[in-house]
Amino acid sequence: MKTTNPRSRAYKIFSIIVLVILAILFLFPLYWILTGAFKPAQDIYNQEPVWWPTEWVATNFQNLFKKRTAPLFSFFGLDGPVAPAAFRWLINSVFMAVMAMVLTCLTAAMAGYALAKKRFAGRVILFSLIVCAMALPKQVILIPLLKEMSILGLNDTLWAVIFPTVGWPFGVFLMKQFSEGIPGEILEATRIDGASEAKTFVTVVLPMVKPGIGALAIFTFINAWNDYFMQLVMLASGEKYTISLGIATLQAETSIDNGLLMAGAALASIPIITIFLLFQKYFTQGITMGAVKG
Amino acid sequence: MKIKKLLALLLAMVMTMALVACGGNQNDPAPSNPDPAPSTEPAEDNKTPDPAPAEPAGASEITLWVYPVGGWGEEANVKALTDAFTAETGIAVKVDYLAYADGDDKVNAALSAGNAPDLILEGPERLVANWGANGHMVDLSDMLDDTDKSELIEAALTPCINAEGKMYEYPMCMTAHCMAINLDAFKAAGADQYIDLTTRTWTTENFFKAIDALYSHFGQTVAAVYCAGQGGDQGTRALVNNLYGGTYTNADHTAYTWDDPKNVQALTELRDAQGIDYDASLAGGDEIAKFYQGVLKMAFCWNSAQQINPNSAGTGEGKTVTGEEIVYMNFPTPDGSPAELCGGIWGFGIFDSKDQGRIDASKQFIKFMCDSAHTADAVSTSTFFAVRTAAEGTDLSAIFDSELLNEYAGLMLPNLGDYYNVIKGWAAQRTEWWNMLQKIGAGEDVNAAVSTHMAAANEAAK
Amino acid sequence: MAKQPQTKMSRALQRRENVAGYLFMLPSLIFFLGFVVVPMFICIGYSMTDATMHQKTATSFVFFDNFINLTKDQIFLKGLVNTFIIVIVSVPAVCAFSLWVSSAIYKLKGPVLSAFRCIFYLPVVTGSVAVTVVWKWMYDNYTGILNTALTTTGILEKGINWLGDEKTALWCIILILFTTSVGQPIVLYVSALGNVDQTLVEAAQVDGATDLQVFWKVKWAQMMPTTLYILVITTINSFQCFALIQLLTQGGPNHATDTVMYYIYWTAFKLTEQAGHFGYANAMGVVLAIFIGLLSALQFKLAKEK
Repeated sequence: MKTTNPRSRAYKIFSIIVLVILAILFLFPLYWILTGAFKPAQDIYNQEPVWWPTEWVATNFQNLFKKRTAPLFSFFGLDGPVAPAAFRWLINSVFMAVMAMVLTCLTAAMAGYALAKKRFAGRVILFSLIVCAMALPKQVILIPLLKEMSILGLNDTLWAVIFPTVGWPFGVFLMKQFSEGIPGEILEATRIDGASEAKTFVTVVLPMVKPGIGALAIFTFINAWNDYFMQLVMLASGEKYTISLGIATLQAETSIDNGLLMAGAALASIPIITIFLLFQKYFTQGITMGAVKG
Repeated sequence: MKIKKLLALLLAMVMTMALVACGGNQNDPAPSNPDPAPSTEPAEDNKTPDPAPAEPAGASEITLWVYPVGGWGEEANVKALTDAFTAETGIAVKVDYLAYADGDDKVNAALSAGNAPDLILEGPERLVANWGANGHMVDLSDMLDDTDKSELIEAALTPCINAEGKMYEYPMCMTAHCMAINLDAFKAAGADQYIDLTTRTWTTENFFKAIDALYSHFGQTVAAVYCAGQGGDQGTRALVNNLYGGTYTNADHTAYTWDDPKNVQALTELRDAQGIDYDASLAGGDEIAKFYQGVLKMAFCWNSAQQINPNSAGTGEGKTVTGEEIVYMNFPTPDGSPAELCGGIWGFGIFDSKDQGRIDASKQFIKFMCDSAHTADAVSTSTFFAVRTAAEGTDLSAIFDSELLNEYAGLMLPNLGDYYNVIKGWAAQRTEWWNMLQKIGAGEDVNAAVSTHMAAANEAAK
Repeated sequence: MAKQPQTKMSRALQRRENVAGYLFMLPSLIFFLGFVVVPMFICIGYSMTDATMHQKTATSFVFFDNFINLTKDQIFLKGLVNTFIIVIVSVPAVCAFSLWVSSAIYKLKGPVLSAFRCIFYLPVVTGSVAVTVVWKWMYDNYTGILNTALTTTGILEKGINWLGDEKTALWCIILILFTTSVGQPIVLYVSALGNVDQTLVEAAQVDGATDLQVFWKVKWAQMMPTTLYILVITTINSFQCFALIQLLTQGGPNHATDTVMYYIYWTAFKLTEQAGHFGYANAMGVVLAIFIGLLSALQFKLAKEK
């Protein structure tokens, strides 16, 4: 434990230096987004990169907000007031990610419990199917999904992005690993007490797998938020865009106005970064929980 | 517990957002989108679209997707025009904006999913040669009467009609694509002696001399043969063809002629010239941006809309971001005569929704934009030029009060070359072309690269 | 695993388990079957037809023609190789890097530790599109910060056209993928290292094992489950590089960054002569799915053995 020979000390110092450099490199893109978002045009277009804004301006955000407009929300055909489309995109993103998160946690918790604790026929086959499908990229089923959504009439709605995310079986896998840890005796005891299956699940199982649900919630939220691909394929009209898709579209349109793009990137990333920083502890806890039973 | 809190917070956030949004409904007068001083004049008659309009022809709402055709890429401009249309007809128009980088993907995805828009604004190479040829478009030839035929410029109309006489695009505006130089940089490098500023022409020899001068003055890449994708490929095509007088296709548009020794010579010399790079990280739009930024001293992807509003940045006619003067030029030719310029012809097409009401409404929209008293507005919004002499009695020859555009019309439009874009397999050859450029840039033998990719392109042209 | 002897279950009990099991599975199954399994079967069906998005052409059954054509398609083969490279490079790199970082930081003081952990996790929460957009600017050939920094410090004489050069483009993509992938493994390894049984470590030290030996013989062995979990999530992550390719290179230059995932999209929706050749695109999907299935099976076999 207390090895203090000079070589290991030198290694320690060396590793700290490397770590600090790495940390700076990892922070740099974020720094570049945040400063870029507030740089005036002459800094953005300067042929020599400008490390620190010569002046902090909000013009990039103004341009972003002016560029596209959309009703702030649509509710059963009722349109909200016209606002900068970026706000609508943010709302769409949050709605989509939260919906995907809630639905995934709910369905996966139930399914994971069943797979771990119920000896129903076909369990092994189902689980193998789930494992095999876990790494499947969505591009593989892109065309069938698109056709399916258009048959269901869900095309160009956020549901077309949400449902496939919920269907992605990683959550079930994770929750199964978790539910394995529930002691069988407790379940047996509850059953002997005459509790119904539903009651057992709610009162016994759910509290025990709560950390797992937390991990899954974080995982799903971030995944859904970042799932640019499904958004690109499924969402057609500008007012249905998510913030990721919106920013990507702006990049396609105005590849050079990096100020505008950084403003968009800042807008897309700051909410989720803020949530992350505020709940950092739970993020790390949740993630760690997820691997308890790898 | 903690996780629950996190969930609760997120849910609360959504709800508050929704509530805020709802609350805003009454008292918020909606941050009305002030026109960001576009360099063009949007339609004047955009009075608020009050109710009590004429009976809608069929559908009460149609959708329109626009590629960024000059000023038609700006929401504020387009809104003025569609509002005018809605006011007159009572048909609402929902507009979405596409980018060249991924617009095609979106249209194709929408077509596959069966929710394509009613209307689309683009050129014949997409509307006629691709979506039209593949049976997705509505034939518009019934919109064309004898007056229209006499008013429309033949060169603009012909590409909109396919070999079977089906018209898949109703043309609205056109331009000649040219190139541009940074005059201040040219002067600084002493390269302005190589250009003729009055006719905007130069010889191939002088072009390379100018490159030399610029390169020795600035010591960096001054021009880029961009080839990251198909965007703006008309620029590289015109450059390569004009340098030594090569052709792109044969005269009857049945096969590609890239292996013309003149083209090969041009491709080789462009690669060998110091100061010119084949750059596979830039597409046409990026090149414009780098030129606007002052990094590149010339742009091969240029036209009237760019000259009016460089890089769509709204920083003034014919100026780079630092205020250096941009001069539009012909592509260099061996004898310094005007180049054969590639044309752009843009207009509307209708996707076949099988819903006659929506198709009729869409036709009404096309009529409004392309052949009515409003055509002047619709065309001048694009900062391109009219494809017809008159529309329903309105003379379209002098719709611009912009000196620049009138000058451009005089200097560049007459140089329009053969519109070969209607050749079969157009979409496939575009990919072949930029892939070929990438390979040449990476050092592959020019002859080998040209013949491989030309063969592939010709395969598609059969 | 709670082991209830199967043999002793009465029929009624088994039926009860069946009903309960499927009821609990039902909501999840609706989504899983509806939006993953059924599409996968449709995909297999499609892959043996010459279906296109165009209305003019009728679909007919072509058996394995698409697959035969795939074996001759240079772009597809290159994409397969690139996909393979991305996974082969990024998965071990992410594991090794995060293991090193974690071992270097897990003994640090609380706030310092969480600061580091937080920083390495940031690219994950920044969002893939935002990250891509800013990297594109940093990689810029002419005015990018990377070239400027490298040339002004004299490391490079002339800037590199990062995304425009066949030799570098794929590595640029892998680098971004890497920065957005290490966050979670670091968190996991830090906690795994913290949970290593100290008595074993001390016992080994008493036996005169060096630090390195302690690490590999004791700690590494104990962290095996974590490592396997990390392998799984990193592999999944590596297949999600679509956004990077679409927004940075569109598969270029000269197909240096084409992956199978991107080529499927390209074939399906890009405006080329083959645009909307669904049969062909789905055939690629099937091939990719087979590869991934094998990979997952391999990983889980490994997991079982350990």
